[in-house]
Amino acid sequence: MTTAQQAVRSSASDVPVNKHRRDWRGWKFMWPFAVVFVFVFIIPIIYAIYISFFQEKMIGGTVFAGFANYDRLFHDGNFWYSVGRVALFTVVQVPIMLALAALVALALDSMRLHGMRFFRISTFLPYAVPAVVSTLMWGFMYSAKYGLIGSMNAALGWHLDAFSPDWILVSIGNINTWEFTGYNMLIFYAALSTIPHDLYEAAAIDGASEWQIVRKIKMPELRGSLAITVIFSIIGSFQLFNEPQILKTMVPGNVITTYYTPNMYAYNLSFMGGESNYAAALAIVMAVITMVLAYAVQLSSMKEQMR
Amino acid sequence: MSSTRQNAAQTATAQASDGKRMIGLEMLQGANAARTGAEPVYLEGRAAKKAEKKRQKAIEKGLAEERKRSAKTGFSNPTNPRRSWGLTLVTGIFAVYCLFPFLWLLINSTKTQKDFVSTFGLGFGKSFNLWQNIQTVFTYQDGIFGRWFLNTLLYVIVGAGGATLLAIMGGYALAKFDFPGRKAVFAVVIGSISVPGIALAVPQFLLFAKLNLTNTPWAMIIPSLISPFGLYLMWIFSDQAVPTSLIEAARVDGASEFRTFFTISLPLLAPGIVTTALFTIVATWNNYFLPLIMLKDPDWYPLTIGLNQWNSQSTTAGAKAIQNLVVTGSLLTIIPVVVAFLCLQKYWQSGLAAGAVKE
Repeated sequence: MTTAQQAVRSSASDVPVNKHRRDWRGWKFMWPFAVVFVFVFIIPIIYAIYISFFQEKMIGGTVFAGFANYDRLFHDGNFWYSVGRVALFTVVQVPIMLALAALVALALDSMRLHGMRFFRISTFLPYAVPAVVSTLMWGFMYSAKYGLIGSMNAALGWHLDAFSPDWILVSIGNINTWEFTGYNMLIFYAALSTIPHDLYEAAAIDGASEWQIVRKIKMPELRGSLAITVIFSIIGSFQLFNEPQILKTMVPGNVITTYYTPNMYAYNLSFMGGESNYAAALAIVMAVITMVLAYAVQLSSMKEQMR
Repeated sequence: MSSTRQNAAQTATAQASDGKRMIGLEMLQGANAARTGAEPVYLEGRAAKKAEKKRQKAIEKGLAEERKRSAKTGFSNPTNPRRSWGLTLVTGIFAVYCLFPFLWLLINSTKTQKDFVSTFGLGFGKSFNLWQNIQTVFTYQDGIFGRWFLNTLLYVIVGAGGATLLAIMGGYALAKFDFPGRKAVFAVVIGSISVPGIALAVPQFLLFAKLNLTNTPWAMIIPSLISPFGLYLMWIFSDQAVPTSLIEAARVDGASEFRTFFTISLPLLAPGIVTTALFTIVATWNNYFLPLIMLKDPDWYPLTIGLNQWNSQSTTAGAKAIQNLVVTGSLLTIIPVVVAFLCLQKYWQSGLAAGAVKE
């Protein structure tokens, strides 16, 4: 995202600016996007903020309630429980996924693999699979009754249960890792392939070992794209919804609750419980938390680059 | 990548002209091909493609020769190192992790419901039932799967197609015009990426309900028209691929802004457009959350919602379990997207490279 800002600056200076008359030509191309964007993004956000200040009462209908919804939210144990769960999920799953992605990208970029094209494609392919299909697929394989885990248990005499309360978050994490490692790998790989190869040649002539080339040339390049992948991954895992929502019907009992993740909580509040106003307040608080986190990551990466 | 290859081919040429080393016929061919590649040779259509393929093959051969030589002499070219079976094996483990669910899906779509719950997951069932499964998927519940398929196609063509078009025009405007409010547009769009989907979905639903648009295709299409990531990608791409001087030249020649856009800029943007289209198509094809809240009528379901509904049917007591249909339906759902990715890999790989990292 820092690269994006640089690009704004550089491309703006390319454009000849007529200081006396404002140049409105760009809007000829911008307006269709802007109109739809206002309709599906800006107005709903303003509307959500607006309704979050109201409450539906049994008597008197919808009344202005000030910060009552927010007050209730800050004392809502279920909500903070769900936030804690996605935070834990983010702290564990995102580093594993990004480390895997970086390792595969480095392996591909080393040009030492047999069948590089095959690896590039096969590691990215899971990204093309809808979350519904990948969750169903893994859900079937997880099943202790007739899935692969069941076969493994039978063969080895284990009692592994991917759907037990202790393991379910790991199972969801595995699905997410499977889906998105390839995507992040591709971003890292793209970053690595912008390094001019003369640099490697020069380093090799100076007697640098392959490990030194990786550490001194490739790793710093990866750091630049790390910010983007971290921000997207944080946003993604804080919005965790599809996988637990779909697994809910496959998992026996009440292991996945209606407030398992903040998004699931908001969904169930507004579409099952009829508490749209409260759900809107929840959604706004989550948006603020996510944006603060994304901003913090961006700031720290900028500091890193300044050094 | 191609520069590396050329480098290697050039070293091969240098060594060949040296005359001190044995010159293999293949190496000569490789050197020749590299030389003809350096000079522009104008060939049309299929012949050009064929020649290019031949050239690539020859270079590949030259590179392999070089690796073989470096194994003997001990001096290795850092841009053409020796292939390592060890590293291939380690990376191979990860590739297996990525691919085996596909294998599982393929195998299990050939099973009957009875075999599905009773036989080993990665082995075939007692009978080969793939064709019957596919037939049942399309005929079950009066062929509603076909309807879902067409719905998805409609959402993808209109929604993702429109999203791509809006992203191209918007990205072009951001990159090539300094219009008032440009910085504000940028800040708002980038900021909107981090707004959680649910924060939008609830008010979007309420808004669409007020306009009587829920339960119609519009509820799915209109929100799909906006792809902030696509806009970002197209803007970076326009910035790099369309030289401002070219636009200026067209303007001086008296072309209107739209004529310049369609005849000069669009062709230059082609690889970026394919990338953006592919990502918006995948996003729309795979969307689960939006249709889940917007559509209640099964006749308007896309594939994702329909499949999940079939699956939940299996878990409700008393209903017939149709997991074999869910698995076969899943396979049919992913085939178009996977095929699209495989066919267009040249484009999205280069397009993403341009979009993901910019100097």
